[in-house]
Formats: sequence, C-alpha cells, structure tokens
Amino acid sequence: MRKHLLSIDDLSADDMQTIFETAAEMHDVQRRDVKKLPALRGRTVINLFFEDSTRTRSSFEIAGKWLSADVINLSAKGSSASKGESLRDTVLTVTAMGVDGLVIRHSASGAAQQVSEWVSCPIINAGDGTHEHPTQALLDAYTLQRTLGSLEGRHVAIVGDLTHSRVFRSNVKSLVKLGAQVTAVAPPTLMPSGVATWSKEAGFTTAYDLDEVLAGAHGSVDAVMMLRVQRERMSGAYFPSAREYTVGYGLTRERLGTLREGAPILHPGPMNRGLEIAADAADAAQSVILDQVSAGVAVRMSVLYHLLAGPTEGVTP
Amino acid sequence: MTSLLIKGARILGGAAADVYVDGGTITEIGSVDTKADRTVDAEGLVLLPGLVDLHTHLREPGREDAETVLTGSRAAALGGYTAVLAMANTSPVTDTAEAAERVHDLGRAAGLVDVQPVGAVTKGLAGEELAELGLMARSRAKVRVFSDDGRCVADARVMRRALEYVKAFGGVISQHSQDPALAGPTACCHEGELSGRLGLPGWPGVAEEVIVARDVMLARHTGSRVHVAHVSTAGSVEVIRWAKAQGIAVTAEVTPHHLLLTTDLLAGYDPTFKVNPPLRPDEDVEALREALADGTIDAVATDHAPHARHDKEHAFVDAAFGMLGLETALGVVSTVMVGSGRMDWAGVARAMSTAPARIAGLDGAAPDGAGGHGRQIAVGAPANLTLVDPSATWVVDRAESASLSRNNPWHDRKLTGRVHATFLRGVPTVLEGALVR
Repeated sequence: MRKHLLSIDDLSADDMQTIFETAAEMHDVQRRDVKKLPALRGRTVINLFFEDSTRTRSSFEIAGKWLSADVINLSAKGSSASKGESLRDTVLTVTAMGVDGLVIRHSASGAAQQVSEWVSCPIINAGDGTHEHPTQALLDAYTLQRTLGSLEGRHVAIVGDLTHSRVFRSNVKSLVKLGAQVTAVAPPTLMPSGVATWSKEAGFTTAYDLDEVLAGAHGSVDAVMMLRVQRERMSGAYFPSAREYTVGYGLTRERLGTLREGAPILHPGPMNRGLEIAADAADAAQSVILDQVSAGVAVRMSVLYHLLAGPTEGVTP
Repeated sequence: MTSLLIKGARILGGAAADVYVDGGTITEIGSVDTKADRTVDAEGLVLLPGLVDLHTHLREPGREDAETVLTGSRAAALGGYTAVLAMANTSPVTDTAEAAERVHDLGRAAGLVDVQPVGAVTKGLAGEELAELGLMARSRAKVRVFSDDGRCVADARVMRRALEYVKAFGGVISQHSQDPALAGPTACCHEGELSGRLGLPGWPGVAEEVIVARDVMLARHTGSRVHVAHVSTAGSVEVIRWAKAQGIAVTAEVTPHHLLLTTDLLAGYDPTFKVNPPLRPDEDVEALREALADGTIDAVATDHAPHARHDKEHAFVDAAFGMLGLETALGVVSTVMVGSGRMDWAGVARAMSTAPARIAGLDGAAPDGAGGHGRQIAVGAPANLTLVDPSATWVVDRAESASLSRNNPWHDRKLTGRVHATFLRGVPTVLEGALVR
C-alpha cells in the first residue's frame, strides 16, 4: 500500500480488499464492550480540519481512539490565505509538534496532495474540495459488499449533484475498480465538465433521466447512492427549484417502489429529507445509511492501521 | 557617449553585417573597420531590434518582496528587452498621473530598460468610474496604454466610454477578457475534462470569447482601438481574425506560456502552473501558434507575474495567479515558432519588438530621449538592439533568475535560442548572457 491515502487512485482492488478484511475485524471490535485495540499505542494522529465537519471528524477520532492513538482535533476553518498564513506554513507548524499521521479535510481540491509533498508523515485525505473523499468511497464499497456480496457486475446508480461531489469522484473510481457497473445520473448542469470523455476512459455511463435508469435502461439497478444537493445551488442557476429537483432526481416514495427488492439505498449524509431523498426511502428496510456510518469507523480504523501501524508486507507498494 | 561595433551579426537572421553605433544611434551598417570603444563579436548571432514587452508586472509599489522595478528591469534586460509596460495593478494602483510618474521615474533610475507605466482604466481597478486617463496621458510618463489587467472591464458601458475617451490622445485599452459571470474569481483551471476530474472551478474559453466579441464590436462602434491581452483560446482567435478582416482596430497578444504549456500540467495541483487566463488544451495552443505566425495575433507579451513564495504555497484555488516570463520569452518563442519553421527571425522581430512598440506608441522618441523602440535596424535608428544566439540550447534553472520570485514554470525545461546581449540606446545592459551591472 502507498504511504498516503490521497485518492482512490492510490489503491489497487487488492489493496481495497485488504482494507475491507481488516475493517471486518475492526467491525467486530466495535460490538465489544471494551473497544480498544493497542495497535497505535504511542502514535499521534492529528485531524487537521480546514472545513467544518462533524461526522467525518468524529468518525476518524473514534477510529483513532479505538486503536489507542492519541488523537488531536485541530480546526483551522477559513482559508489559510485569508489569515495571512500559507497552507504550507500551517501544516509544517502542526507537524513540527511531532505527529505520526495527518488526517486532512480542506475546502480546496488538491489540498491533501499538496500537503503530502511538504511533510514526511502519512497523509489521509478526509475530503478535499470537490475532488475526492477516499475513505467515504471505501466505506460505501465495504457496505455494499456486505449487502450484495462481490460487486463484480453489480450495477450502482449514483444520483445527484455530481459536479460538486467529492463522494462521487471517489466512488466512481472505487466501484469501477471493484468490477461494478456505474451509472451517474444528474441534470446536465450538475454533471462535471468534460464528463463525456472522462466517463468513457473511466468506464462509467451517464444519464439525465433517473426514471429510465431505474427502469433498467442501462441494466437492472442493484443499488442506489443518493448525493446531497445543496439548496444554495439554486442561486447559481443549476436548477430552478427544490420541487423541480425532487420531481426529476429525488428518490421519492414512487421511485422507491420501483427499486428491486432489497436493493440497498446509500447516502453519505447529511441528508436533505424531502429534497434528494424522501423519508420513506431514507428509513426503508433496504436503506443502509446508518450501516454506512458504522462502517465508516471500521474502515477508518483499518486505513489508520494499514498506514500508521508499521510494516505493510504483502501489500502492493 | 561611447561607440560600439557589433561585428558579423545576422540582421534579422539574414546576411551578416557589422553595425556601428555612435552616441546611441546606428551610424553605419555593412563592412565596418572603424575602431570603436567596444567591439562585440557577433558571429553566428542574430541581431533583432530590442524586445518590447506589452505586459509585465513589476509589483512596485506595494509588493517589493516579489519584484521591484529594478529587479524586474534586470530580468527584462536579460530577456533581451529594451522596453517593458508595467501593469497598473500595484498597490496603490496606477490610476493617477502621480502614480504613473513614480513608476516611470523608478524605471529611468534603474536605467536598464524603458519602463512605461500602463494606467488603470478604472479607479482602483474597480470597474466603475474611469481613472484619470487624460491626466496620466499628459503626465511625464505619457501613458498611452490603459488596462485593468487582472480584472476585466466587464461593464459594457464603462468599456465603451473608456474606448471613446482615449481617442483624444491616441490611447488604447488593453483588455483582460474574462466575463466574471462565466469565470468568477475562483475559476482557476481550463473548464474541461481535467477540471471535472480534479474538481477545480472551471474557467471556460467562452468566458474570454464573449468579451473579445463584445469588445471588437464596441471598437467598431466607437472607432477606437482595442488590444486583447493574453489571448488564450481558438475561439478568441477566430473572432479577432474576423474583426481584422472587417477593418476593426483590434490588436492582440499571446503569452509564451500559452504557446507551449497546456492544461494537463495542473494534474498535480502545482500552483506554479496557476495563471490567468489558465493554460489551455492542445487545440487552443495550436490555434494560437498559427495565429501568431499569420499575424492575426500581433505580439508576444510575457505577462511576467512574480509572486512571493508564500503567495503560491496555498491550496490551488487560494494560490496567486501568475508565472515568470521575462527571461525565458525569447527562448520559448525561438523554440516553439522558429525551431518548428513557423516563423523566421524577421517574424520574431515583428512580434516581440516592432508590433508591440507600435501598439504602445513607443516607436517615437520620448521627450527625455528615451523611446525609439521597435524600429527597423537602419542607419539613423536608435540602437535598441538584442543579440540572440539562435542555436544555444539551455536548461532553465529558476535559481538563476534575476527576478526576486521563483514561480517559474519553465524550470528544468530545455529551450533553444538564448539572449546573448542587449543594448539600450547603444549602451550594453547584458553581454555574454550576463548583466553588465
């Protein structure tokens, strides 16, 4: 495994399976009364968050703590540029305190990669702008595998604000690597630029019509991943109204009824109930949204373990 | 004033001749045996009229940690320039006669190149009220080129009035063409597949093209001159080509980086390659080369934009826009245009000296004896000259720059063609590729 986890590009399919196997063991630990493992005792992990986050930060914090690492949360909200300090100075200052791993969240795409070029410790990308969120994609794939078994040949529809979604960019890579078929659904205004050529190279398809996709126009759908759509997007003229968005792209009660029985419903959270996902869908028996959250801790424990616990024999470099 | 003899230079890449300079003026061309105070052996070298840069950021006043008029002048001289236009986006902005005279005087004090201030079009570059265009024009600096560069004069009414107003004194508006509604302040990567993959805010070519199209129509309507700064797309080239065919008074420049570097360099999020307008894909680069070769684009201008290291060491979207260019421009043009056979040295002289000098009004003599740029190399012309070694192959090392900044996208790149010497009115500022003082 590579030193850093900046992007799903850093992982092979085998690496991902290794992470999932360890995550499954960690998942069992989660159900114990005493949850601590000694794997990272004496190691210090800093969660350096330049952007607000509750769930991802807590998930990494719990993951680190259950592995006995000393976890420190640093909030550096607001761009460092506006504070007069360069990102490089901020990061060098933090790492000079003596850290073994840095978990970074930043509102700017590419920030984790830039930081990895300045410091010597492993960097875990906890979300960089609209670029990637690799641990989210790992926990999504892990959750899907536990529900569906192997993802080989399975068809996942990813629906929503693709252009602003780091979750989409990481997921499309991980799911394709694991052999799944991916159909990305959004109105044209929320498709990433250049997606026509990108999708061809990356091996996924795109569609504007969610009902056609759910009806099997691209093959029967095995799982649906709904992405958060921010209401502020309306001011950017991305779509006319919340109502129109829901009619076109929401997982409504009607659409829930068309899903294959037991087809898992995913959402990275936080959800806009009633906008991109109806309450009936979010709370349906086939919804795995809370399983995603619980898997998040296990997967992040696994990632921390593989990147920080020392020797990593038997894994691709 | 001393005399100078340049022996055996190929004038504009043509036949070799000796050039004798006395008192800053060319007095003899041919086979010259007259003894001079200084003789420069120019065998195998190409002699060009001194280069003129329409687009330089010297950062003084305000950001003297990134560049000063003196250090920028050094970089310019090393790059073969005898005149540079210093953009107005300093702090304070060059939007008054006093500010323009200050930059002008700092340039004269440095004495390496003629530093000609560009005046802001609008007060504080805010795009709302006209700056004191006429007072800048009447000042000691005799400002003729006006630009809000870094920002677009987006309001069509303001642009229209500016174009009309500067007609009274033969001014020209150099427009940074960027529709802010289509490419806002965070737009930092050519909008296309790469921006989609990287999740970087896109800067689509059409945001430039709609402004270029609007401005040439305004120039037609007002009968004024408009200059398109740093053209970066094939679509803009099409519009300019059409406008010129209509007889509209439009001129255009392209930067060395838009002639060679492409958007894929952004894949690693290295802010060294963050520039405005952004690096574009191959198709645009090809169209720009073609347009420069056929004269649709009149000039090469560097958009030399030095930045302190800490202003580039931010996350990509937060980092400053811009890259160095003065010391490498000739080498890039030589490599891309001459090396490929698309342009000869006469073409380089046109694009890097004659045309920019004419656009900026620097071909005539200034009251203080400066000026006389971009003139034909002929007896009686001021000896603003650049000697180029056309076959010198060199690898750019950012550490060796005379600029105070190191945001050099050409670092480690191999170029063919290098400035050997530069003469400002007969006085060498650079000899053997090194500053004289």
